[in-house]
This record gives sequence, C-alpha cells and structure tokens, in this order.
Amino acid sequence: MIDILTKNLSILVVLCPLITSLFVVLIPNIFFSWVLTTLSTFLTFLFSILLYQEIQIHSHISYALGKWMPPIGIEYIIDKVAIIPIIIISGISFIATIFAYKIMPEEIENKSISKVYSLWLLAIAGLLGLVTTGDAFNLFVFLEISSLASVALVAMGAQKDKQALVAAYNYLIIGAVGATLYVIGVGLLYGITGTLNMEDLTNRISDLNNNKALIAGFGFMIIGIMVKAAVFPLHIWLPRAYAYAPSAVSVLLAATATKASLYILARILFSVFENSENLINITLLYVIFPLSIIAMFAGTIMAIYEKDIKRLLAHSSVAQIGYITLAFAIGTKASIAAGFIHMFNHAIIKGGLFIAITSLGFYIQKRVTINNLSGLGRAMPITFFCFVLCSLSLAGLPLTAGFISKLYLIKATISSEAIWIAILILISSALSVVYLWKMIEVMWMREGRKIVIKENPTIYMSLIIITFFNIYFGLDASLVVNGSFEAAEKLIGDLK
Amino acid sequence: MITIENFILITILSPLIVSVLTPFISKNTILRDFLGPIGGVISSWGAFNIMSSALNNQNITLNIVKIAEGISIGFEITPLGAIFGLVASFLWIFAAIYSVGYMRGSKEKNQTRFYAFYAIAVHAALCIAYAGDLLTLFIFYEVLTFSTYPLVTHKQNEMAQKAGRLYMSILVGSSVILLLPAIIWVWVATGSLEMSQNGVLDGKLDVAYAPLLLAMFVFGIGKAALMPIHKWLPAAMVAPTPVSALLHAVAVVKAGVFTMLIVLTNVFGIDFLTKTGASQWLIWLASFTLLATSIIAIYKDDLKARLAYSTISQLSYITLGGALATSMATQGAALHIITHAAGKITLFFVAGALYVGAKITKISDLNGHGLSTPLIFLAFFIGSLSIIGVPPMAGSWSKFFLMLGAADSGYVVVIGVFCISTILNAFYLMEIPARAFFFKKERDIKVKIPKLILIPTLITSFLTITLFFFIEPFQNLTSMMVGKI
Repeated sequence: MIDILTKNLSILVVLCPLITSLFVVLIPNIFFSWVLTTLSTFLTFLFSILLYQEIQIHSHISYALGKWMPPIGIEYIIDKVAIIPIIIISGISFIATIFAYKIMPEEIENKSISKVYSLWLLAIAGLLGLVTTGDAFNLFVFLEISSLASVALVAMGAQKDKQALVAAYNYLIIGAVGATLYVIGVGLLYGITGTLNMEDLTNRISDLNNNKALIAGFGFMIIGIMVKAAVFPLHIWLPRAYAYAPSAVSVLLAATATKASLYILARILFSVFENSENLINITLLYVIFPLSIIAMFAGTIMAIYEKDIKRLLAHSSVAQIGYITLAFAIGTKASIAAGFIHMFNHAIIKGGLFIAITSLGFYIQKRVTINNLSGLGRAMPITFFCFVLCSLSLAGLPLTAGFISKLYLIKATISSEAIWIAILILISSALSVVYLWKMIEVMWMREGRKIVIKENPTIYMSLIIITFFNIYFGLDASLVVNGSFEAAEKLIGDLK
Repeated sequence: MITIENFILITILSPLIVSVLTPFISKNTILRDFLGPIGGVISSWGAFNIMSSALNNQNITLNIVKIAEGISIGFEITPLGAIFGLVASFLWIFAAIYSVGYMRGSKEKNQTRFYAFYAIAVHAALCIAYAGDLLTLFIFYEVLTFSTYPLVTHKQNEMAQKAGRLYMSILVGSSVILLLPAIIWVWVATGSLEMSQNGVLDGKLDVAYAPLLLAMFVFGIGKAALMPIHKWLPAAMVAPTPVSALLHAVAVVKAGVFTMLIVLTNVFGIDFLTKTGASQWLIWLASFTLLATSIIAIYKDDLKARLAYSTISQLSYITLGGALATSMATQGAALHIITHAAGKITLFFVAGALYVGAKITKISDLNGHGLSTPLIFLAFFIGSLSIIGVPPMAGSWSKFFLMLGAADSGYVVVIGVFCISTILNAFYLMEIPARAFFFKKERDIKVKIPKLILIPTLITSFLTITLFFFIEPFQNLTSMMVGKI
C-alpha cells in the first residue's frame, strides 16, 4: 500500500485536487463543500511533503503516465527544481483554503459556493500540473486549465463589484493570447524536432543552433510564458484581476499563480534550451534583464501612487516578479538560487499581506482604500501586527524571510561584479518602504471613526500561521537556501 | 558561578525581558515604572563583568542561531564593544528613573507602550555593542531604528508624523541602500562576515575600490549623523526628552559612531587605512561637519535643537578620530564615546527638567531663572564643561587623546579644527548658565522640578567628574583595541 503510494506520488499531487473538484460541485452544503476542499488541499500538501522526502533520496523522479514510456508517452518529472513550486503551491493553497472559510460566504451567494470551491481546486490542480509535467504540450493543457479556472474565479467577484467582469475579461483575452503564443512555439519546435517531451527536446535541438524555426519557436514560447508570469510589460491583466477577484481568490492567485509560470520560464531558459547558449544569453541580456529592471521601478512607483490597497499589492507583485526575473537574467548559479529563494519567500509574504488586507476589508465591510484604513491599527491589533511583520518582510528588513532573499540576491549581483545592479535593487526596495509605510502610518497615526471590532480567530489563524513562516524562514533559512542552491545547480550545474 | 557567556545573555536579555513584561503589568503602574531601573541594574551588572573579562583579554564568543550556511547571529566581546555596552546599560538605569519622573510630570499618554519600546531600543543597542559579525551588527542596527520609531512619533500628531517620516527615510534608506551592499561586498571579497582586530580587507580588496567601499559605509551608517545625512537627528527631537537623552545622545547615535569605528578599525584596519590613504577624504568631511554644526548650534534658540546640533558636532569628533587612523586618535575617539555620553545625557536631562518643571523650551526664556533651580543649572554647567573639555571633567581626556592623535598623523590643520570647535562649544553651551544666572529676570514662572528628574540629573553630572579620575580601565581597553597591549 505504502509502496504504491510512494510510487505514484508525482501524479497524486495533481490528481487529488483534480478529482475532488468534480465531487465538490455536487455538495450543496456550504460547510461540507469547504471541509472537502480543505481535506483535499491538505492531502495535496501532505503528498508534496512526502514527495519532498522522496526527492531527497532519489533526486530525480520520472513518472510515465499510463505506462506509456517517454518520449512517446507523457512523462511527469519531479526533481529538486520542481519541488520548490510544488511545495509553494500546495502549502499556500492549504492556508488560503482555511482562510476562505469565513470570507467566502461573505462575498459569494450561498448557492454558488460549491462551484467556486470546485473551480478553486481545478485552478490548484492546473498549477500543480504545470510544474510536474515534463511534456511541452501537456504543459499547455494545464496552463489553460489553471487560467480558465482562475478567470472564472475572478469573474465570481462580480457578485460584489461589477468591475470584476472587466477584470476577468481582460485576464481571459490576454491569457488566451499568451497561451496561443506558447502553443505556436511548441508547434514550431515539434515541426523541426518531432518530439514534445522536454528532455528529448533538449537533446534534439542541440544541433539546430541557427535554425530560424527554432529561434521563432523559442521566442513564441518565452513570450507566451512571460504573459502568464506577468513579466513587465505583459503584466497588465494582473492588477485588475487581483483587485476585483473575491478576497480569498486574490490570496490564492497572488501567492501561487505567477510562481508556476516563473518556474516554467526558468525551466525553458536553463533546461530545455540549455544547449543554445547563444540564444539564451541574448534573451537574458537584451530582453529579460532590462525588462526586470524596469519592472522593479515601474511596479514600485505605480504602487506608491495607488490608493486601492489590493491593486497596490498587485503592483508591488509586478516589482517583486522583476526581482525574480532579474535574478534569472544574471544567470549565475548564485543568482538563480536567489531567484528561487525569493520565489518561495515572496509567496509567503504576499500571501500574508493579502490575507491581512482582505480581513481588514471583511471587518470594515468596504473596499479597502488607503483612506479607509484610518485608525484600524488600534482597532485590530492582531491583524495590524501581522500586517506590519509581513510588510517588513516585503521590504526586506532583517530577521524576516524577505531579508534572506535580498541578502542572497545582492550577494549574487556583487559576486558577478555588478555593484550598480545591487544598488538599483536596493533603491527599489527602499522605495517599496514608502508605500508600505504609507499604509502602516495611516493605520497607526490617523484617528479613524470609533469602531469596535472583535477579531475573529478563524480569520486571523491563517494570518498568524503565514506570518510565523515569514519570521521562521528569516531565522532558519537553511532549508530554503539549500533547496534553492540545489535547484540552481541542477538547472545550470553542467553549464557553468 | 556564572560564565561570561551567560553574562552576555544577562546583559542583552534583561532589557528585552523588561519590554516583554511591561504590557502585562501595565495595571500596576509603580511596578511597571520601576521595571526599567531594575533591568538597568541587572544589565549593567552583566556589562561590568563583561568589561572586566575583556580587560583580562579573554576571547569570548557566543553563537545564537545559524540562519544558513555562512550566516548566523552571534556575539563576540571586543574592547570597544565592552565600553559601549557598559555605557548604554549603565546610563539606562538613570535614564529609566528619569523617564518615570518625566512621563509622570508631563502627563504623557500611552506610557506602557513608551516603556516597552524604550527597553527594546536599549536591547538593540546592547546587541550592537556585542555583535560578533557584520550581519548581526546590521540586523540590530535596523532593529534599533524601527524600535525608536514609536518613540519619536510618541505624540502621534502631525508634527511627530512628519519627523517620523524624515527619521525613517534617512535612517532606513541610507542603511538599506548603502550599508547593506557594503557589508555584502566585504562578504564577497573576504568570503566571510567576520571581523578581526587588524581588519580583514588587507590583500582581499583592490586598493582602488577602498575609498568607494569606505564611502558606502560612511554614508550608509546614517546614525553617525555626518553631513549631509544628519537631518534626522534634529527631527527626532520631537520625541519626549528621555528618548532624546538616552537614545539620541547615547544609544542610537553612539551605535552609529560605534559601527563607524568598528568598520574603520576591525574591517578596514588602521594599517590598511594608513597605507592606502582611503580615509583622507573622511577627515575633511568630518572636520567640516564638526565646525558647520557648531556654528548652526549657535543660532538655535530651541534648547533641544541646540543640543542636537552639538551632538552631531561631537559625533564628528569620533568619526574624525577614526579617520585619522593613528592609534592615539582612535583611542581618543573610543574614549569620547564614554565621556560625551555622560556629559550630553546630563544636558538633555536638564532640558527635559526645564520643560517639565517650568515649561521652558527656548534659551531666550531662561533669563534669570538660575536661582530658582540652582542645582539643575549647576548640573548643566558641569556637563557643559565636560563637553568643552575642561579638566577635571571626563571630556578633557578624550580631547587630549584626539589632539595627540591629530599631531601624530601630521594633519596640523585638524588640531586647529579641534581648537576652534572648543571655542564654539564654550560659546553656545555657556550661554545657557550665563543667561540663567546673570541676566535679569523678565517674568516670574513657578519652577518645580520633580525629585525623580532632579536626582538622575545630578548623578550623571557627578559622573562626568568621577570619570575623570577613573578613566584608567577604559583607557586600558582602548589601548587593547589598537593593539598596544
């Protein structure tokens, strides 16, 4: 029994939420549909932990779907790289599901709640499928599953605010364009190599270095994924989608959605095309590097001038994604590791901030804008305290997880003798203190209406858990740091 | 028998425990208020023991947590750290007593919060003093900044908000944008975050980059308040006076110059600086700051603002001493950390006493009030003499060593700078007792100074005299610091 479980872990991680999503929709009761969802996300999280332990022993697990051997059949590959986004996605979705218990019925009509949970699980399954699959076309399928489910989830926000429909429509169209570009790229590559399996692709494109179709295919794939990963300036779907989705959905999407695509980006750049060094170096230097620098500043400056808090956090996500892609663009082992460290840390930071902000919105029963925050710091000490800690973590202050990411990112840039990039990163992160401090100051300084609020334990519990992780991984980062360095070594170890 | 490692824990943890306990006993105001002084006594007991073992040249290290490969939080006792730790914890006793008198006397709100953050700030300062590597130093440097924000903005009004913004943006901005990459640069160049008594950079860093790296450190350490990053200190004066006294005359700013000295001696190393001349430009910048702020101080009528500018000027003495990079000057700079602390905390205590007792904040309002509270003005007079550097006050020692160091290094102009600044010091500080005792009274104000304010003020002023006679152990430590013993 145990043996069968361990052998099939790589598929179970995806199947568990996928199958439960079909059942959840049949349960009319709000409470039981939530229980089933929680159970399913918990099991998924458990499976990914088990998978993590497996990876420590085997370091590379290949799973042939339906016993059809690769490269013909679909292959699932889990290695030290893929395990990072798997843990992030399954862990955060578990916490987000706990958080959804009180928040969801507040914003969604009772009769549609089970449908929302079904879509919720479907989105999680899609994201996990993205990172486990080793097949370029299967990846497209999961890309679409996760995108369509997320679009529908965002559209559910329309029950509270009609703007959500516009946001969802934007997301749908731009997402579809991205996916189409990606699939065109896959088609071109298939045309010249005759394979869809990623490892096989790597081997077959090694002697096609100057093939125009290869370059075109690569370009399409990268642009498609960059849309999904919200790399500047292809991020325009993101702020609206995060801002108008139902609160719990914003938490889930903000912490996980772009992480999966960033992982795919890293994998295409450093693993699938590892033999076309020239192509990759040009892409990193002339496309990803400048875009990341712009993203760092554009996202931060947009956030400074934004009044709506959820949008503000979404703009800040664009900047944070900039840090991660910048780390990839530098392209040394240390910098790619720093990118993965920040990928993990940003998930827990943004998750925490979104949970804090949406719980504020839950209590004040209004859209959370900067002016509505007045005096809330005193009315809700627990939520405020966690919010401050997560903000400090985002700003990269010592003793928090965010500091560790910044430390390794700066170290990687200085090691590659680019101290001016280090200074740019730090200026941008110092600017991020401006918008974080703006919120904290309003909550702390300004007298608000006298409101008496009793904080609800079921809501702040998940906030406390995720804030705890922000501090814990600031004090004991060896797990994340070692994992990320192993991942980076696996990705480019044989290159440099 | 308590080991020295445990003394480190006792010293740094007692303020933390005070801060954690304070909110829980906020109902019992007497117990809450005297938790601070008790913590101060325990903490400085530890600091005394640490100093005596530092005098015996013991090598003491204590690792707390290992964050990841190559980075950890740990403590190590250096001679300079032992001095700064003792200064911060010992003066905390009197500042804590004084704050009780002040907060009660001026009927401030949110006293529990005030005491809690006050103690955290002391904790951070002590952790900086005993920091074992650059990262630990940086971490607690930031903790100190953030824990003082609620103190600076204690009044929670518009003015406090503005000052708080300036305070945070300069201190956080400079440390994050410049200090952090400088530390990581050292890490990349030497392969570790460790410091050592003779510096770690010799042979590891391209000499051409040394002035750049030094500049990143100098402007990154905003707490040392060199021009042009000094504006936060006058802004921070909106805080209640106990904060200005302990934190903005002792703990915070001394943490800044302490970091500066540690960087100059234990990261760069005196020999490396002399050999490469990387710190020459710093001599001129520090001299300029020293004179310019003294002149600004003359024109300030607000007592606390004048003291703030005087503090900036005195901090530049210390930076200047380090930048001269001779063993005499460095010793003088280290001694100035103690002597200036005792003197300046007295002056701030007096400023707070006048505010609580007579609602006077302006120097021009002091005319003729000397005889209504002679003791307070006597304390101010003694403190001023120490800062000017008149024997038998403690301040004369550090000035003596600094001058010797300047002569040693061959920068004769710097001796001139010290002389001019002494005259300026006398000019702007002596105005206060002079107005109080010799000017004609313009209006009658009832002056009533609470005992809890008066006693600590007198003790610290007395301290400046005693220190003159008991400077020897400190001087031994500073000679150990420059490697003479």
